[in-house]
Amino acid sequence: MSAQVLRVEKLDVAYDHPRGAVHAVDQVSFSLRPGERFGLAGESGSGKSTMALAILRMIKPPGRIQGGEVWLEDTLLSRLSDEAIRRLRLAGIAMVPQGSMNSLNPVVRIRQQIADALADHGEKLSRGQTVARVRELLAQVGLPPQVAEMYPHELSGGMKQRACIAIAICLRPKVIIADEPTSALDVVVQRQVMETLGRVQAQLGAAVILVGHDMGLMAQFVDRLGIMYAGRLVEVSPIREIITNPRHPYTRMLIESLPSLEHKGGLRGIPGLAPLLRELPSGCAFHPRCPMAMQRCLVEKPEVRAMGPDATAACHLA
Amino acid sequence: MFRYLRRNTSLVVGIVLLGILVIFMVVGALMVDTSNAQPLSVPALQAPSWDYPFGTDRQGRDLLAVMVAGTPLTLRIGFIAGILGVGIGAVLAFTAAYYGGIVDTVIRSIADIGLTIPGLLVLIIIAVSLKGSLTVDQMAIVVASLAWLSPTRTIRSQVLTLRGRGYVEIARLNGMSGPEIIFGELMPNLLPYLAATLVSSVSAAILASVGLEVLGLGPVEAPDLGMTLYWVFFNAAIINGWWWWWTAPLVVIVLVFLGLFFLTVGLDEIANPRLRRAV
Amino acid sequence: MTALLELRRASKSFPGGVLGRERKMALEPFSFAVDPARPGIIAVVGESGSGKTTLARLLLGLIEPTEGQVLYKGRNLHTLSGAERRAFRHDVQAIFQDPYEVYNPFYRVDHVLTTPVRKFRLASSRAEGRRLIEEALRAVGLRPEEILGRYPHQLSGGQRQRIMVARALLLRPKLIVADEPVSMVDASLRATILGSLRKLHEELRISILYITHDLATAYQIADTILVFYRASVAEAGDVELVVKHPRHPYTQLLVGAIPKVSTVRDWSAEEPLDRSFAPGGCRFADRCPAMMPRCLEAPPPLFQTETRRAASCFLLDQSPVLDAEHVTAVLTSEDTPVRASVPA
Repeated sequence: MSAQVLRVEKLDVAYDHPRGAVHAVDQVSFSLRPGERFGLAGESGSGKSTMALAILRMIKPPGRIQGGEVWLEDTLLSRLSDEAIRRLRLAGIAMVPQGSMNSLNPVVRIRQQIADALADHGEKLSRGQTVARVRELLAQVGLPPQVAEMYPHELSGGMKQRACIAIAICLRPKVIIADEPTSALDVVVQRQVMETLGRVQAQLGAAVILVGHDMGLMAQFVDRLGIMYAGRLVEVSPIREIITNPRHPYTRMLIESLPSLEHKGGLRGIPGLAPLLRELPSGCAFHPRCPMAMQRCLVEKPEVRAMGPDATAACHLA
Repeated sequence: MFRYLRRNTSLVVGIVLLGILVIFMVVGALMVDTSNAQPLSVPALQAPSWDYPFGTDRQGRDLLAVMVAGTPLTLRIGFIAGILGVGIGAVLAFTAAYYGGIVDTVIRSIADIGLTIPGLLVLIIIAVSLKGSLTVDQMAIVVASLAWLSPTRTIRSQVLTLRGRGYVEIARLNGMSGPEIIFGELMPNLLPYLAATLVSSVSAAILASVGLEVLGLGPVEAPDLGMTLYWVFFNAAIINGWWWWWTAPLVVIVLVFLGLFFLTVGLDEIANPRLRRAV
Repeated sequence: MTALLELRRASKSFPGGVLGRERKMALEPFSFAVDPARPGIIAVVGESGSGKTTLARLLLGLIEPTEGQVLYKGRNLHTLSGAERRAFRHDVQAIFQDPYEVYNPFYRVDHVLTTPVRKFRLASSRAEGRRLIEEALRAVGLRPEEILGRYPHQLSGGQRQRIMVARALLLRPKLIVADEPVSMVDASLRATILGSLRKLHEELRISILYITHDLATAYQIADTILVFYRASVAEAGDVELVVKHPRHPYTQLLVGAIPKVSTVRDWSAEEPLDRSFAPGGCRFADRCPAMMPRCLEAPPPLFQTETRRAASCFLLDQSPVLDAEHVTAVLTSEDTPVRASVPA
C-alpha cells in the first residue's frame, strides 16, 4: 500500500453542458512511487491541467469531480473536510500552478510571502525561526538570502519561479505538482529552474508530477510519462521505453512533432485538430487523426490495458 | 437576451422608468390640451382635482399640461447637448488617442483644464452674455459647450487601451488608413461604452440645464421642467403652501434622473466586462 | 541594386529609469538588408529582451528608429508617399505571435481577409475576391467552408494562426516578417504552420524573417540565422554552422539548453557565475565561462570565421573583423558571390 505515495483511481471530471455532461478527465488511473518524477503530456485541452486541479479538489463550478478516488498514502482525499483539504494543499500535495510566477503578490516582500504560507498552515514559528526557515528555503532553491527582502518585480522570471518553488516546498510536501512551470521562460532559464525543481525534489524525497507539452523537457526530466488525449490517459510508460518504443500512435506522433536539432527535415505535425470534448469521435477518440486506424477503432473504444509492470496503453494495436 | 436582462436588473429598472415617462408623454399629448400650458389658460392656483389632476399655478397654467409639454422639452435639451457633447468628445478622443503626440497633448490639456473650471459658472457667464431670452435649442447648445469635456477624457483612455491591440496593427498591415481604423476597428468595440457615456452625458446635461433655468437663465417662454421650478421659487410657492406646484416637476425630474442613472449602470455593465457578474 | 528593405545603422532605445533619463537600448545600431532577388528564410533567435521583436517592428514600420534609417527600396520608410506606402504594405507583410489578439472580436474572421482584397484591389469582383481567399485558405491547409463566416472565438489557435498565414499569402508579398508565429500554438500544430511558411517560401519565392526564441524550429525552417543577445548580434551565418558548431559562448549555451527527446540525459544547467553585468564591455561577459579581462574593456566586433559565419567574441580574434554594416554578407546564400568589401 505505502509503496505508492499517490494513487488516482478512475478519476472523472465533468463539465455540465446544454448537450449533456462533458468529461474533461475520463476515468483516469495512475499511481506515483515516493520520489518518482511523473510527466503528464498532451495538447492543450487534453485535460492534463484539469487533472492536476482535480487531484487537489480545486475544480471550480461548472466543473465537478464526478467519480473516482485520490489516495495520498492512506488518506482518501474525497473524505476530507474542506478545511482539511486546504491544509493538505502545501503540506501533503503542493502545487506550482501555471503562470504562478505572476501570481506572487507584487506589494509584499518574498520573505513575508513565504512566512504567510507557513503561518497559513498552522506552523507556529517564532520570528527568529521564520527568518531562519526562509533563509534555508531560499538556499534550497538556489536563491541568495537578499532575495527575502525583495519585491517580486525586482526578480527575474527564473528567480520568481524559484521563489514559487520555495513557497511550494515550505511544508515539505510528499507530492509536488508543477503545471508548465517553465512555459514563459527562456530555454537557458528553463533549464536552471528545472534543475532547481529536481534538486529540491530529491532532497525532500517528494514525488513530482510535471504537467507540460514539451516532450524534450519530459525526456530530460521525468522517470515515467503519461500521455493524455481527450481526457484519457492513453499511454503510461517509463520514459526510456516511451521514447524508444512508443505504444500509442499518438505518443509516437507527439515525439516526432518535436523539431530536432540533429537533422533537418524532421518537421512533422499531427494532422487534424484535437477533438472538442463535447463532440468526441466514436470509438477511439484519436482515430480521425491516426494513420493506423482500423475499422475496429471507429466503433470500439480501446480499454486501458497493462503493458508490463509499469506501463499501460489504450490502443487496439498495442 | 432575455436571460441576460434577468441578470442585469439595473438595465431593466432604467428601461422601465424611462418607459413610464415616454408613455406619460405620448398618452398625455393625445389626451391633454397642451395649450393649457400657456399662462392665463385656466383658473390660477387650484389644488389637484378631477379637472386639474396636478393642480394649476399662479399664472393660470394647467400643471398636467405643463408636464406633458415640458418633459419632452427638458429631454430635448438633454439629448441635443448629450449627443453633441459625446459626438464632439468622441471625435476629439479618437483623434487624440490614435494619433498621439502633439495632437494628443493639446486635446488632453484642453479637456483637463476645462474640467477644473466649475461648469455652472461658465454656463452662467455664457447664458448671461447672450442677449435676450434663449430658445430651447439655444439652451441645449449652451449646455453642450461644456458637455464634451468629460467624454473626451474618458473615451480617450478607452481608445488608448484598444490602440495597442494586435488587430489594430493587422489593420495597418491590411492597408487601412487612420480614420478607417478609428471608425472600422476601434469604434465598433466601443459602442456599448459610447452608449453608456451618452446616457450619462444626457443626464449631466439635463442637470446643468435645470440648474441654469432655476437661476432664471433659461428660455423664459418655454414651460419646461427647469423653468417651472424657476416660477416655483419666483412665487415662493413652497412658503405659501402651494405644494402641488413643485411636487409635479420634482417627481418627473426624479423619475428622469433615476431612469437615466439605472440605464447608465446597466450599460456600464455591458461595456465593462469586469463589472459583469459571474455566470 | 537597392535592397527591398534595409536597416542602416538603425537603433532603438526607450526611455527608462527615473524621469526617463536613462535610455534602455532595445536594439544597438544594426545594418541589415533583404534582397528580393535571393529569397531566403532567415531566423532571428534570442531570448526576451534581446531586441528581436524590436527588429521586426522596425522592419514593419510600426516603430521609428531612434537613430539610423529604415529604407524601403532606398527610400526612408517614414517619409513614403501614400502610393509608396501602399506598395510597401503590399511587399512586406507580417504574422504575429498572438493568434487571439490579432482578430477584432467585433468581426467574423472573413474581415482580416476581405480587407486586404479590398484595400489593395486584388480582385475585380466579389466573386474573384472570394475565390482568392478560398485559394489562400486551402494553400495553408484549411477548408474555407469551415473557416469563413465564423467568429474568431469559434476557431482554435492553430486555425487562427493559419488564417494569418493565408492573409499574408493573399498579398503575395516579397517578405514576411513572422514574429514568434508558433510560440502560442500547440507543439503538434507548430510543424504544420511552419510547414506552410516553408511552402510559401519555396513555391512563391517569398523571403521570410522568422523571429523566435526556439532554436530548434529555427534550425528546421531557416537557411541562415542571426543570434541576438542583449540588443546586438552574437553570432550570424549559415544555420548548419551556427547550430551544429556554435562558436559564440552564448550560442553554445543556447544550443545546450534545449532539452532533447533522447534517452541520453545530457541536460545540465548553466553554472551560475558570481559576476554582475558591467556596461561597456562584452554584453555576455557576466555569464561567459571563458571571460577574459579584455572582454570588460570594449564590446567585441564581429569576427568572420568562415565565409558564411561571423561571431562577436574575442576568442575568435584570429579571424578578420567583419564590418558591422555587412552582416548581410554572411547571410547570403552560397551560390552568390560575397560582396567585395568583405575581407576574405
